[in-house]
Amino acid sequence: MRLHLSPEDAAFRDQLRTFFTTSVPQSIRDAVAAHRELTREQFVEAQQVLNAAGLAVPHWPVEWGGRDWTPLQRHIWREEMQLAGVPEPLAFNTSMIGPVIATFGSQEQKERFLPATANLDIWWCQGFSEPDAGSDLASLRTTAVRDGDDWVVNGQKTWTTLGQHADWIFCLVRTDPTAEKKQRGISLLLFPMDTPGVTLRPIELLDGGFEVNEVFFSDVRVPHELLVGEENRGWDYAKFLLGNERVGIARIGSTKRMLAEAKEHARQITVAGAPLAEDPYLRARIAELENELLALELTALRVVANSADGKPHPASSVLKLRGSELQQAATELLVDVAGPLSVASFAADGSDVPEWAQVATPSYLNYRKVSIYGGSNEVQRTIIAGSILGL
Amino acid sequence: MEFSYDDEQNGLREAVRGLLERAYGDSEQRRSVVATEPGFDEKTWSRLAEMGVLGLPFAEADGGMGAGPVEVSVVAEEIGRVLAPEPFVEAVVLAGGLVADLGTDAQRTEVLGGLAEGVLVPTFAHAEIGTRWEPVARSVTATRDGDGWTLTGVKEPVPNGARADVLVVSAVTEGATRLFLVPGDAAGLTRTGHRNHDGTRSARVEFADTPAQLLGEDTGDRTATIEKAQARARVAYGHEALGAMETALTTTAEYLKARKQFGVPLSRFQALTFRAADMYVALELARSTVMWATLVVDADGDVVAAADRARLQVSRAGRHIGKEAIQLHGGIGVTAEYSVGHYTSRLTALDHLLGDGDWALSRLAASVDAHPTVDPLA
Ligand SMILES: Cc1cc2nc3c(=O)[nH]c(=O)nc-3n(C[C@H](O)[C@H](O)[C@H](O)COP(=O)(O)OP(=O)(O)OC[C@H]3O[C@@H](n4cnc5c(N)ncnc54)[C@H](O)[C@@H]3O)c2cc1C
Repeated sequence: MRLHLSPEDAAFRDQLRTFFTTSVPQSIRDAVAAHRELTREQFVEAQQVLNAAGLAVPHWPVEWGGRDWTPLQRHIWREEMQLAGVPEPLAFNTSMIGPVIATFGSQEQKERFLPATANLDIWWCQGFSEPDAGSDLASLRTTAVRDGDDWVVNGQKTWTTLGQHADWIFCLVRTDPTAEKKQRGISLLLFPMDTPGVTLRPIELLDGGFEVNEVFFSDVRVPHELLVGEENRGWDYAKFLLGNERVGIARIGSTKRMLAEAKEHARQITVAGAPLAEDPYLRARIAELENELLALELTALRVVANSADGKPHPASSVLKLRGSELQQAATELLVDVAGPLSVASFAADGSDVPEWAQVATPSYLNYRKVSIYGGSNEVQRTIIAGSILGL
Repeated sequence: MEFSYDDEQNGLREAVRGLLERAYGDSEQRRSVVATEPGFDEKTWSRLAEMGVLGLPFAEADGGMGAGPVEVSVVAEEIGRVLAPEPFVEAVVLAGGLVADLGTDAQRTEVLGGLAEGVLVPTFAHAEIGTRWEPVARSVTATRDGDGWTLTGVKEPVPNGARADVLVVSAVTEGATRLFLVPGDAAGLTRTGHRNHDGTRSARVEFADTPAQLLGEDTGDRTATIEKAQARARVAYGHEALGAMETALTTTAEYLKARKQFGVPLSRFQALTFRAADMYVALELARSTVMWATLVVDADGDVVAAADRARLQVSRAGRHIGKEAIQLHGGIGVTAEYSVGHYTSRLTALDHLLGDGDWALSRLAASVDAHPTVDPLA
């Protein structure tokens, strides 16, 4: 057992810290820190800066831009990005479809898609969930029927995050409705969002933002070569992809930043003549959250330190569950620190309500999502109870 | 950062586990041991000594093994796993630790040598009624008496106070807290022992002009030394609690699979499996924090702060796991014949021995402004 990072890993961390805080435009990092909605251009610019430096897809095969880092180095990379307020490379591209294509795609698909996916020249969205297929994803009903060299897709997807920015969608479709197990008759298709027959309808979320959409397919023709891997094996690819989705979802660096922010703001607010930061209850609440976050960070380090041999550590399922709870607790803390100002969330121009206080409640409401998507917390508990405790 | 144990540490774990399994693998054995004085098994104590466990952290020159806090943690966890009542943390980490920190050559040879050999059980007589978890003495006073000292006052509760062969006693003199050694058979010493809810023993120890030897040579204030020794013991108790929590959880999971109600095993009820999953989450987060705190002790970093962090996490987890373990067992959970309630009892005792979660939290709360973020790698 050893307490500190090895000198090489410490140097690695310093190097990344410097890069992230100097090479990614300050205006973009400020927008992240302020919880402002980023524009498509800001996402693309940030990812291209990272990609040019070899920092967008370090976990991919080396052939396609990967860096052959240790799990610990990847962890450091992700945490340092979050601490510095650097928008992470688009997960749909870099954590989800990229690794799937790199692992299961044809050579032609790899060449066509991987460089563009790493550089965010193609923006992907994820077409998995449907109105009647949420946690029970395998019950999805969107169909693809073979017609000559094409697949003809009909049905509906929902919750498609940032689909309005997307160039392409990776989509789970039912290709064998007669399969005995519902998991068996599913395939993974790729197609452009501007293919005839695709329509997108934005869904407004609680915070007033439009980050998710419904997507409808009506006789959408998709060439056969855009099927990933084998027909009817889509569920395996989806499981592989969702496993990747959970990596890094604890977002510890980002929660740390929010707690630091809350402390900073609490120093500027006066309650009964003394700074709010001196209120014993608030201090205790912060200290408890800091400790929970420390425990989570150390657990993440244990997980990455012990997954070097390829097998995931059983405690990794703790990360999504607890990580989402702590992200939510930090946003709640910011609302409470803002207090009466938190009500004025859409204050008019010229208002003296500071920006952080204006966004506090909308982001608290928005963050309700983190315990729902990517495998809801109930689904994580099912995994722990079933595969770890054997219940 | 590295969280894995090396081969030697794993070997130590196997050896200690084997020994303790033989002694307490069946919870009835523990029940009968804690039902009789001195509340632990002298034979098991001797076997731990033979294995080198009781001298683990002490210098070889003092009769010890020259190992570190990681090895200590391995043993403490095994103790907790079967609720072995042997006072490992109390004698080795706390009382022994103070003697190792301050003792003269002769005192270290006698106390640590005797402890390592298993022939001398020391304890730290520190707590006083009306104070809680402070590193200072208030009501027991020390007076110079020629070349020596005498102590007057009451210490209570003192772990294994009636059985201990030597007491490390904190006392106040000239406005400072100092430490003294008092043999169990000293004149003017009255010890009244009793059984605690978790089967361990405590005592009221009264000093009436009791002759005492200053621990160490100089007469500085020992508050900082006590605070640090308590912090190391807090971390070791954290490992004891991890062992206990792990057993409480696995026992509960097994029970959910075995127990049938409404025609199906309890494990078919998601309301119950989810609660077991949350117990696992609490255990793993506590484990991470306690392991980290041990590494901080090993590196001689900010031991007191790290111990507070570990204490808070373990306190919350221990209460949660202990209470849920009983609830998920139903009625059998509250019986003395069945083991799981005893785990909860011990976890509750561990929580209150050297400072509980709220106490640690209020200390941590005092320092939130001192750092923007908490960095375990700093
Ligand atoms: C902001 C946001 C963005 C998203 N982005 C995308 C995206 O880009 N692409 C995409 O494909 N999907 C996306 N999703 C969909 C997301 O994966 C689903 O919302 C999620 O799988 C849950 O499904 P559901 O909403 O239908 O809830 P349901 O499955 O209906 O669940 C409702 C509640 O019941 C609980 N529950 C369900 N089954 C069980 C059970 N067996 N035991 C215990 N509790 C259970 C759930 O945890 C939840 O609390 C997004 C969702 C949100 C909110």
